[in-house]
Amino acid sequence: MSLLTVSNVTKRFGGLVAVDNVSLTIEEGEVLGLIGPNGAGKTTLFNAISGTHIPEEGDITFDGRTLIGMQPHEVCQLGLARTFQIVKPFAALNVVDNVKVGAFLRNRNARDAEAKAREIVDFVGLSDHAERPAKNLTTSGRKRLELARALATEPRLMLLDEVMAGLTPTESRQIVQVIKQIKDHYHLTLLVIEHVMQAIMTLSDRVAVLHHGQLIAIDNPQKIASDSAVIEAYLGKEFEFAND
Amino acid sequence: MTLFRSFQRDYVILAIVGAIFCIFPAFTNQFQLSVLILLIYWAYLGTAWNIMGGYAGQFSFGHAAFFGIGAYTSTVLFVNYDISPWIGMMVGAGFAATFGAFMGFLTFRFGVKGHFFALATFAFAEMLRLIAQDLDFIGSSIGLSLPIIGGDSWRYMLFEDSPVNYYWVILLFLVVGTAISIWIYHSKIGYYLQALREDEEAASALGINVLRYKVLAVAISAALTALGGSFFAQRFTFIDPSLVFGVAVSIEILLRPIFGGSGTIWGPLVGAIVLTPLEEFTRAFVRKPPEFLSFIQGRSGVDVMLFGVIVIIVVIYMPDGLVGTFPTWVERLRKRVRGDNGRATQEATP
Repeated sequence: MSLLTVSNVTKRFGGLVAVDNVSLTIEEGEVLGLIGPNGAGKTTLFNAISGTHIPEEGDITFDGRTLIGMQPHEVCQLGLARTFQIVKPFAALNVVDNVKVGAFLRNRNARDAEAKAREIVDFVGLSDHAERPAKNLTTSGRKRLELARALATEPRLMLLDEVMAGLTPTESRQIVQVIKQIKDHYHLTLLVIEHVMQAIMTLSDRVAVLHHGQLIAIDNPQKIASDSAVIEAYLGKEFEFAND
Repeated sequence: MTLFRSFQRDYVILAIVGAIFCIFPAFTNQFQLSVLILLIYWAYLGTAWNIMGGYAGQFSFGHAAFFGIGAYTSTVLFVNYDISPWIGMMVGAGFAATFGAFMGFLTFRFGVKGHFFALATFAFAEMLRLIAQDLDFIGSSIGLSLPIIGGDSWRYMLFEDSPVNYYWVILLFLVVGTAISIWIYHSKIGYYLQALREDEEAASALGINVLRYKVLAVAISAALTALGGSFFAQRFTFIDPSLVFGVAVSIEILLRPIFGGSGTIWGPLVGAIVLTPLEEFTRAFVRKPPEFLSFIQGRSGVDVMLFGVIVIIVVIYMPDGLVGTFPTWVERLRKRVRGDNGRATQEATP
């Protein structure tokens, strides 16, 4: 059984159909990339899954349970965590305390939560900044903090919304490594929105392409990179896929 | 572990503060004792306000509602039914928590936030004031007087001969209230409240039921505030609607935690320690000004104006309050000593 099943989901904002009859599945342990031009409906689909928006049609199930009508915190409690495209650190709290907020979901005891938070802060490479206020972090640091906080809720599926937006190529490469390590170490399934093609192609097992709210292709990265419909809609020219 | 240390540290500070306050009555005169009672009383109420207004960031401009519910409940039970105020104030705390939860649920459920939430709390307090004015069985606008029992009674929490006992009662309130505040701050509730204060969307994405935790914060804060209201009734032995439900109460309650540093454990106490004597000082200053300021002597209201000016200056230069600003100064000083501008340490590269 698939871990996440999106079936025939449609989400409208007034007359605008942001997500149009989209169906896809994510298997346990998989990394599914989600790409598409700006305004294609990627984030809207994310929000529908994480409970921020309620879709007008269709069903979304996680591990066999429907997510429709659930509030964001209930979705998170089920084991489905997300990051935000525009990072939302708890500015007044320091880095460890930010992560600790997430860790409290599965650890009632403050000491256990603290231990969990420190472990994750180390894992994402923020241990040098552990006691600093989150507002003093750089963009790259804030992106890592988003990852760490979501990770602290001990999810089975993580939704990553443009973690690499605004990062330099070097920083992007570093954070791809962090994401890979996180995935392997915590046995996660990932749904990743990204504009950085290099990153999405190396990270993903499969890539789904949205265009005007519709799913126009879903396949492995090599096939997507040479799919004529995808090239026309999004990539613009043939994307050279590096086999490694 | 850092956590263990910070937990312990705050309780150790509380023990030291409690011990220091225990010594004071030994060498204070009657006037100083009454100022100290007032100081502790405001510190306690500020601590109660801080749980909702500071930790959870839900700015209340209507804490008089909870204060008045506490004062009226214990007093009505005492005067009309001869029930000990120790029991009455617990009942009042229960009423206030229920009312607070109801008010919180109504406003938060419909997304009332920020300034509008502050206005809503003010409206609820005013509503209760007007209702109290029209209810005959609680004395309407005439108010209620506690009976004169002639002497001291722990059962009735009235101390006509030895007011120092009021000091011990309110000190007990402060120590217990602060202990609760410390516990909340370092526990799951405290982290959740601070998280939703900083960003509600991010908080709910981390599995926090934002509505429930906000309502919880209001209920705890309301219950503690109501106990302070009961104490006020016992100490001053008279209450009326504008005295306990009035807007002046709401302002006095929030003044000290904001001055001292809202959202910090010790802000309310520090605020009360600085402001309460300052209030007395300005009053004395106007009564006997130095030669060149003799024209302000005896002018009524000048002391309040002077007090207001001092508060404004501090709030402008220390928007995070005394306790909130102090670490920033220390940090700035350390950077100046080290001679860097702090940039290098902010880099987030691993």
